[in-house]
Amino acid sequence: MATVDKIVAQMPKSLSKIEFSYCPGCHHGIVHRLIAEVIDELGIAGRTLMVAPVGCSVFAYNFFDLDGTVAAHGRAPAVATGMKRALPDRIVFTYQGDGDLASIGTAEIVHAANRGENITTIFINNAVYGMTGGQMAPTTLLGQKTTTSPYGREPKANGYPIRMSEMLSTLDGAAYIERTMVTTPQNVIKTKAAIKKAFQAQIKGLGFSMVEVLSTCPTNWGMTPIEAMKWLEENMTKTFPLGVFVDRTKGMI
Amino acid sequence: MKMLMKGTEAIAEAAIRAGCRLYFGYPITPQSELTEYMAKRMPEVNGVFLQSESEVATVNMLYGAACTGKRVMTSTSSPGFSLMQEGISYMAGAELPAVFINVMRGGPGLGDIQPSQSDYFQATKGGGHGDYRMIVLAPHTLQEAANIMGEAFDLAFKYRMLVTILVDGMIGQMMEPVELPEWKNIEEFKEPDWALTGAKDRKPRKVTSFDLDPYELEKMNLRYQATYKKVTENEVRYEEFKIADADIIVVAYGTMARIVKTVVDSARKEGIKVGLFRPITLWPFPYERLSEIAGNVKHILTVEMSYGQMLEDVKLGVNGKTDVEFYGRSAGVVPTPMEVLEAIKKIAR
Amino acid sequence: MAKKGYVEIDSDRCKGCGLCINACPQHVLRFSDKFNDKGYHYAELYDPDDKCPGCAFCYYMCPDVCITVHRVTEERV
Repeated sequence: MATVDKIVAQMPKSLSKIEFSYCPGCHHGIVHRLIAEVIDELGIAGRTLMVAPVGCSVFAYNFFDLDGTVAAHGRAPAVATGMKRALPDRIVFTYQGDGDLASIGTAEIVHAANRGENITTIFINNAVYGMTGGQMAPTTLLGQKTTTSPYGREPKANGYPIRMSEMLSTLDGAAYIERTMVTTPQNVIKTKAAIKKAFQAQIKGLGFSMVEVLSTCPTNWGMTPIEAMKWLEENMTKTFPLGVFVDRTKGMI
Repeated sequence: MKMLMKGTEAIAEAAIRAGCRLYFGYPITPQSELTEYMAKRMPEVNGVFLQSESEVATVNMLYGAACTGKRVMTSTSSPGFSLMQEGISYMAGAELPAVFINVMRGGPGLGDIQPSQSDYFQATKGGGHGDYRMIVLAPHTLQEAANIMGEAFDLAFKYRMLVTILVDGMIGQMMEPVELPEWKNIEEFKEPDWALTGAKDRKPRKVTSFDLDPYELEKMNLRYQATYKKVTENEVRYEEFKIADADIIVVAYGTMARIVKTVVDSARKEGIKVGLFRPITLWPFPYERLSEIAGNVKHILTVEMSYGQMLEDVKLGVNGKTDVEFYGRSAGVVPTPMEVLEAIKKIAR
Repeated sequence: MAKKGYVEIDSDRCKGCGLCINACPQHVLRFSDKFNDKGYHYAELYDPDDKCPGCAFCYYMCPDVCITVHRVTEERV
């Protein structure tokens, strides 16, 4: 009996094959792969520009086989705006962490979304500053201990975790915003669908699109990769509920 | 054909004629008219105008647009220029070409809105971090400012450097007859081989100022330094006004140089042989030429609308060959010709 | 029992995070006893009973894109 051996999943074309510099079990790698899969499926690699952030994913521009740059901390949406205004028919996306997007870059992301800038932002929310060693981030949960909130985040001193997807969804320029996670194969598939929708919103010129992916940081949370996913599911989703916050793509893509 | 124009408008229109079709900016006195002019004019030439949310955002939009290899610019004033320093450092490290206009006003801090020349250090010595340089051009009339715009973009792309046009509120706000330069044909601009445009049918390109391997970063820095050396050797510009027989040479730039030209003639009427040495490139600074002429005079007087910033470069150039004096006022106060003449007379005695 | 699927794992890329092992519904992935050059016990396929259906759950979860998933079907003659 003859058999047919078919490859059903492999390294996407849009990844550069350079080994990721992320920690074991870090969710950055999963999301990188999903973005590359979406870019491959939509056939847009040849006209896509990417902007990497400052953070663990500062090297992201090396991991993709795309024209790319790295922006100053928090400024990626402004850099992406400049690119998109200069070349409106290209696909431009930013890839940002929570320190980058929700702390120093709050003005840039709010205004890019407010302008309905036709860019896509992939926002990795792991509730800490990863690259610099685990300091408190704007998205750190109440009570969560980090290197700069060693007694646990306390509202009087440090305010509350900031919900960027909800906040940005109040802006008329936002076309599509969803929050997902990648803790299970099912969630991975849902995240990929969200990322695809976000890029399709850009292709159709509908405005600003963002996917916020709740992610683990095993190293700075002091957990194994599996423990970290459990902690995320049990704790982060309570503060950062999953779901679609604005969808102006209905019937358009 | 000459047209009566405001400084900010002349600069803006000249930039468009020089092929700039992307302007990002933020309102700030005394240059908001340039931003407003661009808002109206860019759509007329199928260009892009975007008012950003801050100067921080502006310079980063410039970074992104410059990545695509197009002629991009912004304009601001001193406090806004401060906000752009981070982005300037990043653009310098990424070797992105762009043109900045800084219409200087009184500082430091919020200061006031009147003219000054107190951002000289910031522009020439680097307000941003790291070992980088920007080409700094200082026109002194509206006509010169209009003429210099084309050169500014050409230099930016020739060397992959940032170019700052350092003017002040006086030049920004005054009105003069200007003959605008010829239109450049933007179709003739080739896509640079480093531009990010989408890697269709070619290898992907990266634009970055970053390398964690210090030996690689060193290589990048040595490349920048080599460029700066070339610029220093080839692009120095200055003007000499009545220096041939001068006993006293005044060194001044921009609006101050303009005032000094008046004073030179007044002083000569009173029998004092004064000349003006006017640096046009503040970086690269004309040290060599200044050193040459310093040997022939009894005194050099630096006059600035600051408390002595270009003065330090003058001293470097003169290098002890002769006496270097200083007269300056800042904080938005513009010295009158009479004051400057008094300062010259004091030295002449 | 004919093989329905199998995976190839790039043991040099693998950081031994265990996400694939944790996700595999058939439990045919395990940590190797051996180390790779990075010092990790890499994941490997151990499927003596041909249980792997090529579902790709391991691929979905792998953060380092180490895995290539194969499905094997009988050719209809």
